[in-house]
Amino acid sequence: METSQIVRYLRERFPRAILGENLQAFDPWVQVEPAQLREVCFYLRDEPALRFQMLHLITAVDYLEKPPGGGQGGSEGHFEVFYHLSSLEHGHRLVLKVRLPRWKHNQPGQLPELPTLSDIWRTAEWHEREVYDLSGVCFIGHPDLRRILCPEDWQGHPLRKDYPMSHQYQGIPGR
Amino acid sequence: MSSWLLQLGFADWLAYGSAGLIKAGLVLVLVLFTPMLALWMERKIAGRIQDRLGPTRTGGRFGWLQSPADGIKLLMKEDLMPAAADPLLFRLAPYLSFCAVFCLFVVLPMADGWAPAGWDSALFFFLAVAGLEVFGVILAGYASGSKWSLFGAMREAAQVVSYEVPLGLCVVVPVVVAGSMDLEEIARMQEGWFTRWFIFHDPFTFLTFWIYAACAMAGLNRAPFDLPEAESELVAGFATEYSGFRWAVFFMAEYAAMFAWSGLGAILFFGGWNGPVPVASWLGLVSTNGPLAGFLGNLLSLLNFLLKALLGVTVMIWARWTLPRLRIDQVIAMCWKYCVPLATLMLVGVVFWQAISMEIFSPKPTGSCTVRCSSNPPRLSQGAWPEETPSAFPLPTRSGLASQRGLVR
Amino acid sequence: MVDSVVPEEFDLLTEEIVINMGPQHPSTHGVLRLILRTDGEVVREVQPEIGYLHRCAEKIGENLTVRQFTPYTDRLDYLAAMNMNLGWSLCVEKLLSWQVPEKCRHLRVLMAELNRIASHLVAVGTYGLDLGNFTPYMYCFREREKIVNLFEAVCGARLTYHYIVPGGVMGDLPPGWLRECSRFLDQFQATLNDLHALLTNNYIFIRRTAGVGVLPLGTAISYGCTGPVLRASGLAWDLRRHGEPIYTQMYAPYDFQIVAPQDGQYPDDGLSPPVPDDAVVGDCWHRFYVRMREIVQSVRIVRQAIQWYQEADGSVGEPMKIQQKLPVAEAYLETEAPKGQLGFLIVGQGASIPRRVRIRSSSFCNLSVLPELCRGCLVADVPAIVGSLDLVLGEVDR
Repeated sequence: METSQIVRYLRERFPRAILGENLQAFDPWVQVEPAQLREVCFYLRDEPALRFQMLHLITAVDYLEKPPGGGQGGSEGHFEVFYHLSSLEHGHRLVLKVRLPRWKHNQPGQLPELPTLSDIWRTAEWHEREVYDLSGVCFIGHPDLRRILCPEDWQGHPLRKDYPMSHQYQGIPGR
Repeated sequence: MSSWLLQLGFADWLAYGSAGLIKAGLVLVLVLFTPMLALWMERKIAGRIQDRLGPTRTGGRFGWLQSPADGIKLLMKEDLMPAAADPLLFRLAPYLSFCAVFCLFVVLPMADGWAPAGWDSALFFFLAVAGLEVFGVILAGYASGSKWSLFGAMREAAQVVSYEVPLGLCVVVPVVVAGSMDLEEIARMQEGWFTRWFIFHDPFTFLTFWIYAACAMAGLNRAPFDLPEAESELVAGFATEYSGFRWAVFFMAEYAAMFAWSGLGAILFFGGWNGPVPVASWLGLVSTNGPLAGFLGNLLSLLNFLLKALLGVTVMIWARWTLPRLRIDQVIAMCWKYCVPLATLMLVGVVFWQAISMEIFSPKPTGSCTVRCSSNPPRLSQGAWPEETPSAFPLPTRSGLASQRGLVR
Repeated sequence: MVDSVVPEEFDLLTEEIVINMGPQHPSTHGVLRLILRTDGEVVREVQPEIGYLHRCAEKIGENLTVRQFTPYTDRLDYLAAMNMNLGWSLCVEKLLSWQVPEKCRHLRVLMAELNRIASHLVAVGTYGLDLGNFTPYMYCFREREKIVNLFEAVCGARLTYHYIVPGGVMGDLPPGWLRECSRFLDQFQATLNDLHALLTNNYIFIRRTAGVGVLPLGTAISYGCTGPVLRASGLAWDLRRHGEPIYTQMYAPYDFQIVAPQDGQYPDDGLSPPVPDDAVVGDCWHRFYVRMREIVQSVRIVRQAIQWYQEADGSVGEPMKIQQKLPVAEAYLETEAPKGQLGFLIVGQGASIPRRVRIRSSSFCNLSVLPELCRGCLVADVPAIVGSLDLVLGEVDR
């Protein structure tokens, strides 16, 4: 199915959830309202014409300009979380994008929140743990939200653009 | 040897004591030497099976000195013991295993009359002592204070104790054929051509041998039954926490036990020192032609026996490097579901075979069935080294053997 | 000989113990740590703990240009570095809308498939090792050594090749290389026959793997399992045929089968033994067997690639410049690596250094299904199941 058709399906079903789209991109994407992400995903997975059975990847991209405050003045930066989906049955692909603030309520230290998809696609469980670990996005309803790649006592989320490079860990010099 | 020392005028205690010490020394040499040889063979054979060379440098072209070099390396290693281990039992365990294996060699006759201690319940002693080896392993697993070791020990307990049952049944089959539990006696009855080997005696003994071979490998924890130390599952099982010399002792015990069980198989089924062809008697190297001829003949027999035992070891090595490992439930199920019933069947079969062949071949069947060894007084009561008193044990003459092969006299 | 156990029927419950399998364990294929909760020999629960080999590959990608990051992709799945290079290069080319010359495409196919053979050989050999059979491992490494020698002749490295780069390859083949490669392929089938005798058809091997760790297709898809793991569950899905055009066009001229059981049987390739009766689609045996058959298919592809490469004209491409600027766009591309679908996501920000590099690791997703597979199996089955997933911890932890 053409991506434009998929987007039409989605817009009909969720007129408010679809915030934007880009069908000319290398991987066509639609932007989804975070609050309705789960409904959209359930629909994408279960609708017989769509059948997105496979979640490939969850990525969080930090759009903080570096150095902070420089470049585009006034831009606070934001997070975008990408969900790469595909259907093995129909062979089509789609990218969902969710836009988040870098911090919840713009309070530094408060992780932004998203609903979990781990009950829709089981693979999301580990991918969400990884996004939480490295990028610092909190997934509400996740059964076991722990760090996965970094040690349990690691401080901070390394893939955030303002992550301070630590020069030692547990007394071990970093460089 | 003790009688010879007595003739030289030694006191009783000195004669028996020194004879015992010398024999123990010889057995110790054997127990230390066979693992080295088996280890070297394992390396070379495994190398060839895997399309490589094995050791080639240590001590000349064929890596002859690889095993001693390994031994020296292990001796030099730091003596490690986990903090959670039980110090006494942890230290004791390898030696317990080793002593049990050492005792196996005590009753193993290498040639006619050449057993360190050949008493008429030798086979019984062998089985009993072989069961002791498992205690060392269980103790090691328990005392190491490691969960992997404990897993190994539990597997060893389950597996070896299970396999002692079919092994015992298999071993009884040649005993029924021979009518004796004396290993020397059993071997002597297979004198001559290979057709007289017990494996070719009747279909039941033939099948029994294969059950024996499988069960012996399982009882020895050799691959594909090496579950107690399954290195891809349990790290190293009971040996996880062992290193250096203690580990070496365990492995010497393992390889020596391989040799002992192969030797037992050779005696029970392959004529012991009696070769496929009676070369020694062709050459006139029998004791009736004088003591020197008898000695040379025994040397030849010794060589024959060692070759057979090493052949058994080779087959075990071959199997190890060819087969994947079974799973614990499959190993135990194989024992109780297949080996035990089959071995029992073989035992019943061979008893009937013997009874029927007695009916057919014996000119005057007697009604009373007596197991031979029970008709003899226990040999131990006759002295510590009874094989030196041949008068008590009339050698069956070749003509007399046919009538003696059966259950009844 | 032996009936398989049904662990749920164990009526004797004893105290459960928690035991660490790894990170230093002979059969976890690297530094994987599995926390087992066992009741005697029965495993109640397995929890994988990863991250022991985490090297911040994605963070490094945000600090280097895409050309500079290419050698780092070697270190992901170090047993299939060519495929890693290829996935990254194609993703960069997708982002830059580049096309590489035809000759380069065939050369890339040749390298990728040779490396697939090498990777599957390691998988098959170490699987034998996991089940306690050492010898096939040596046979596999002997053959892999020959492939590695071929790679060394091409690019000078034996493990981390850095040969396929965005824009082309690092250099053309040395003279006489194709002849050596053909010679390797000609003698290779004999080793596969040995492996079939030692493993595939071996009675004990079948008892240890058939019906063990059965992965239903729905679970496999839900957990994002790909590659041989997915195909062994019965879905003929291979990105070489079903992927994006930039990838499938490379394989379009090639004739090969997608190895997947249909109703428990495989399409006949004339070389592989039949499926035993005990095997269940999706079990360890099928995962192993799919790899064995994929080796055969890869050999076919390599033979064709040699032909196509010789017939193609033109250059083998030009490696991209280090400071090549990337557009403000993102590109995601998955390729069929030996372990499964390997994906790279590059988010460009108008500079030569990307804003974000994301790696979809096939081993990572394949590993995540392990707790599902190991529930209720025996301790001895855990290495069998882990081995059948063919993990490389370098790729899991990145």
